[in-house]
Amino acid sequence: MLGSDSQSIKDIYAATPVAYKPLLPFWTLLKKEILRICSVAVQTLLVPVTTVSLYLLVFGVSLGERVSVMEDFSYAQFVVPGLLLMGIIQNTFGNVSSSLFMARYLGYVVDYLVTPLSPMAMSLAYTVAAMVRGLVVGIAILFVSLYFCELPWPALGSAVAMALAVSFLFSQLGIIAAIYCNSFDGLSIFNNFLILPAIYLGGLFYPVSMLPQPWASISKVNPLFYMIEGFRGSALGNSDVGFLVCYLITISFALVLFVWATILLKKRGKLQ
Amino acid sequence: MKPYQFSNQDLQRTPLTLSGVSKTYADTTVVENLSFSIQPGEILGLLGPNGAGKSTTINMIAGVIPATTGRIEVFGFDSRQEYQKSRRLVGVMHQEPIIEQYLNVEQSLKIHSGYYGVADDPVWRKLIVEQLELGPHLAKRYLKLSGGMRRRFMIAKTLLHKPRLLILDEPTAGVDVELRERLWSFVREINKAGISVLLTTHYLEEAEQMCDRIAFMNMGKLVALEETKKLISRIDKQKLRVELHTALREMPDELKSFDSDLDEEDSHFLNFSLESGAEVVAVVSSLEKIGLEVLNVTLTQPDLEDVFKHLSRESGGIKGVR
Repeated sequence: MLGSDSQSIKDIYAATPVAYKPLLPFWTLLKKEILRICSVAVQTLLVPVTTVSLYLLVFGVSLGERVSVMEDFSYAQFVVPGLLLMGIIQNTFGNVSSSLFMARYLGYVVDYLVTPLSPMAMSLAYTVAAMVRGLVVGIAILFVSLYFCELPWPALGSAVAMALAVSFLFSQLGIIAAIYCNSFDGLSIFNNFLILPAIYLGGLFYPVSMLPQPWASISKVNPLFYMIEGFRGSALGNSDVGFLVCYLITISFALVLFVWATILLKKRGKLQ
Repeated sequence: MKPYQFSNQDLQRTPLTLSGVSKTYADTTVVENLSFSIQPGEILGLLGPNGAGKSTTINMIAGVIPATTGRIEVFGFDSRQEYQKSRRLVGVMHQEPIIEQYLNVEQSLKIHSGYYGVADDPVWRKLIVEQLELGPHLAKRYLKLSGGMRRRFMIAKTLLHKPRLLILDEPTAGVDVELRERLWSFVREINKAGISVLLTTHYLEEAEQMCDRIAFMNMGKLVALEETKKLISRIDKQKLRVELHTALREMPDELKSFDSDLDEEDSHFLNFSLESGAEVVAVVSSLEKIGLEVLNVTLTQPDLEDVFKHLSRESGGIKGVR
């Protein structure tokens, strides 16, 4: 078997020009991440869409008709933008954090460390893949929500910009969580004790303006409040805070986390 | 960004040069002031007992961990400043199988060269798959592969981007004899294409057969770096192995004046390292005087294992020898 094609090995080596395409490592990791999402599509796409659909069923049908929190809009219309954003947030975060954490946990992150893949390319590949998953889940939730209610979308461009910014931000948080956590429990703590409470307390199910003081003021320290308000305002045309303020706060957080995540990826020892 | 085309001049430079490389963790120096180079087309064995610093050295060369001090160059490219070019030219096979499990073998092999900035070459990929007999396993995922197949898969991945310097860290650890022979045969073929190889192995007889030169490390330091034959010729002693009728509990006092030990695995055997024929006669006569019944006596020339033990002792002891 071996040795019979020795001339071929030599010939192929001799005939191939030795080149390096700088963008290819990024595209390769991105492709691999997309393949990973597709290979476990039930877990990465179907489950999150089903979960949020259950929320829609509860708040859109069961409770929605009896509750009213915003003038001119049903409760289902009020809650759908937040649920959509929650789907995006949880899936972007979950995608990066689980994929990178598994690479560290099982050790195959070393496969990337020995390649010319730069920390920036690695960060962007994980980010773009997670954003794709988050936005696909978001679009699927949007289609499901049409069964329960329709949204006016007076500022669709702003809504898309906010969705992109939020998914970018939570991709960075996913990278940071994946690097700092050394167990699945750690990841779970990140999600259940940080992200979910921030979403719920950020005005997903109620307008923060309805809260008594000091809770209304305290809620405004939560960055998720601005993300949800900005997105809901773009979807319904009615918000307690202007879109620009919400967007700038989101982008600022996203940039800080991006720098943090890239620095962590540069510290290669942290990845092992 | 434009692709970088390596020139012939680039590829004619020394494949690997380490200059004063050290690695320190807190107060512990794991690798100390290491300097050596690999010549074009050479197979260099990096040997040493467990904890000698071999894997740390390989990880520094591969870029997994940074060196604390010193400089590593791959074909003249600084491994820190020009890491993308240097890593493009290196293929590393790690000791532990580390393959992600979401893709099947074929999917993995198709994309893997892309991590190195190299487009997939189906002809080359097919050749590797054929040579390593991975064809029937292309649709399987990593977890469904046997241990031997995982090793082949790892070697295939290491070669897909056509590296110019191949680093193999214990490539045959835990694989059966047949596969070991096949893998070494394949490495030889790759080497014939002009590819330099740095390898570590615990199978010293393999290192002896495969390597042009041996770099021997112990306790983080380079203890010896020589052509394999010259290194073995450093030991001018002969090995005498005596099989006794009765197992011994300890080495008799009469034999302690010789460089000797009681075999750790089977105490029916005594091993001597002797400098001359006269010493051989002296040992045999001592055995007769003590009244030990000798069943068999074997006299052999030193091999790399003797060099390994000798150098380890000389340089501060052996933490673990297999």
